[in-house]
Amino acid sequence: MTIIEVRDLVCRYGTRTILDGVSFDIHQGDVVTILGGSGCGKSTLLKHLIGLIEPASGSIHIGGDEFVGAQSDTRQRILRRIGVMYQSGALFGSMSVLDNVRLPLDTFSGLSPDAIELIARLKLRLVGLEDFADLYPAELSGGMQKRAAIARAMALEPQILFLDEPSAGLDPVTSAGLDALIRRLAESQGMTFVVVTHELASIQNIADYAIMLDRSVQGIIATGTPAELAGHPDPIVSGFFLRKAED
Amino acid sequence: MTSAATPSLVLQHTGSDWALQGRLQLGELDSVWQQARQTLQPGDVLELAGLSHCDGAGAALLFELQHRGIILRGLAPDFSRLLAALQPERALPASPAPQCLNPISELGRLVAGNLDNWRTRIAFVGALLLSLRNCAPQARTLRLREIVRLCNDAGLNALPIMTLISLLLGIILAFQSALPMRQFGAEVFVANLLGLSLIRELSPLMMAIVLAGRTGAAYTAELGTMKVNEEINALLTFGIDPLRFLVLPRLIAVTLMAPLLTVFAELIGLTGGALVMKGFGIPFSTYFSQIAGAVDLGDFASGMIKASVYGMEIAGIGCLFGLMTGNGASAVGHSTTRAVVSMLVTLVVTDGLFAFVYYQMGW
Repeated sequence: MTIIEVRDLVCRYGTRTILDGVSFDIHQGDVVTILGGSGCGKSTLLKHLIGLIEPASGSIHIGGDEFVGAQSDTRQRILRRIGVMYQSGALFGSMSVLDNVRLPLDTFSGLSPDAIELIARLKLRLVGLEDFADLYPAELSGGMQKRAAIARAMALEPQILFLDEPSAGLDPVTSAGLDALIRRLAESQGMTFVVVTHELASIQNIADYAIMLDRSVQGIIATGTPAELAGHPDPIVSGFFLRKAED
Repeated sequence: MTSAATPSLVLQHTGSDWALQGRLQLGELDSVWQQARQTLQPGDVLELAGLSHCDGAGAALLFELQHRGIILRGLAPDFSRLLAALQPERALPASPAPQCLNPISELGRLVAGNLDNWRTRIAFVGALLLSLRNCAPQARTLRLREIVRLCNDAGLNALPIMTLISLLLGIILAFQSALPMRQFGAEVFVANLLGLSLIRELSPLMMAIVLAGRTGAAYTAELGTMKVNEEINALLTFGIDPLRFLVLPRLIAVTLMAPLLTVFAELIGLTGGALVMKGFGIPFSTYFSQIAGAVDLGDFASGMIKASVYGMEIAGIGCLFGLMTGNGASAVGHSTTRAVVSMLVTLVVTDGLFAFVYYQMGW
């Protein structure tokens, strides 16, 4: 079942076109990576998918609802279906890790405080941070902050979790641990994961399906499983997987 | 039509057991969670085969029920996976008990914190003086272009707000004084009052308050953000002394600009007073000659000394609190608030000390 449907998306910053006519589908329960070299428009595409930027033209359907130009009610309904982990984690520094996870539940769930605390602590258990709930983000390592950010993004039980460069700034061991967590969550929680990354190891570890963007075509240059992309006839695609520098 | 009234999640008694039916998900949980807590007892059997959906929040309810000794039965494999991921065999760590406030230990903590604060301030002043002494023989290594930029920011860009405040201060003081003094035919002495109060006291103090809110707070926020972004650490690892690179230029700029701003504030304040006194029939020439007779060079110098000291204090405190900033965006706000409060308290205390010292010296 298609949960995200993007059609003819055109993204511009001023007069500069970043993405031109991008179309793809993402199916429920898949772990999809959006990959490509620096400046190819990965983060721009993500910002459009989560509604931070309106596209110049095109449509984005999430769970069947049109996100582009959506009215307040529809927008709120769509936002309830998605969770986002930002590259820096974006945890609120003045709140403990537990309070960061509690915040969306306190605001939207209507549950009693102790039920909210139980759910928040269990989210932290899911990401392996149950013993760090009362610490502040500044007291956590980079990998832990990203785990906490994933727990917060999952607080309202979204159907889709968007992760922006989860491995950025992490050592390979921590990064592999985070990849394993993403895979485990995808399998146990049944969520759809859309992961923006340029880390080859992550792509191969977590992706069911990959969408590769490239600056030269201002959009999608190839789609498929990581194995299919690695053997792709286009030298730009296979070169990315073989770590060849672009001209 | 009936779907809106029919709850999509129901907990009901079925013979000797209980059954949960419908969609066990975040939006539906509230009433059922409360009902389950009130009605289900340890040892009760809860039949879950009627669940059509379960999400992570629903699994949290099942986790709680299982820990309370309720026997869960008939959970579909997909939902069992959700519950298994929460590791229901392990209890959650207990929340830390809230700490009782002991007044004596709180007082001790307050005193120790304040002493620590003062120790940090004294160490900062010492390090700053050392840094100043070290760079004195090689003044060229100071970043002159940066100092000029900072002078521009702290001085020139502050002129509009200083003009507004000083003009209004002069006008208000003149009005408030002239009305009662006219009853004694002594309105000409308003010029003496304005000259002495503005030049000795009010202009340096108002200048310092504006400088603290405008420039000192900006220094704390700027240096605090640099600390949060690890830019200060970057300087340290280059072997560059942050005091010399960041603090000294600001200290020099503000110490230079504070007296100049004070002179400007005095001129504008006296001009405001002159405009009011003109309305009371005192010509400009009379007004300014009265001031010249009442105010001597010592009065002017005392105002200038105060202004320089205030400038040093504002820059020093602003930079100190910036460098002491903790981690995170909230720490910058916290530091800035503390810095402004500290600057204002220090200014008032210093003003009191000046008054005492000047009195003892016969100034």
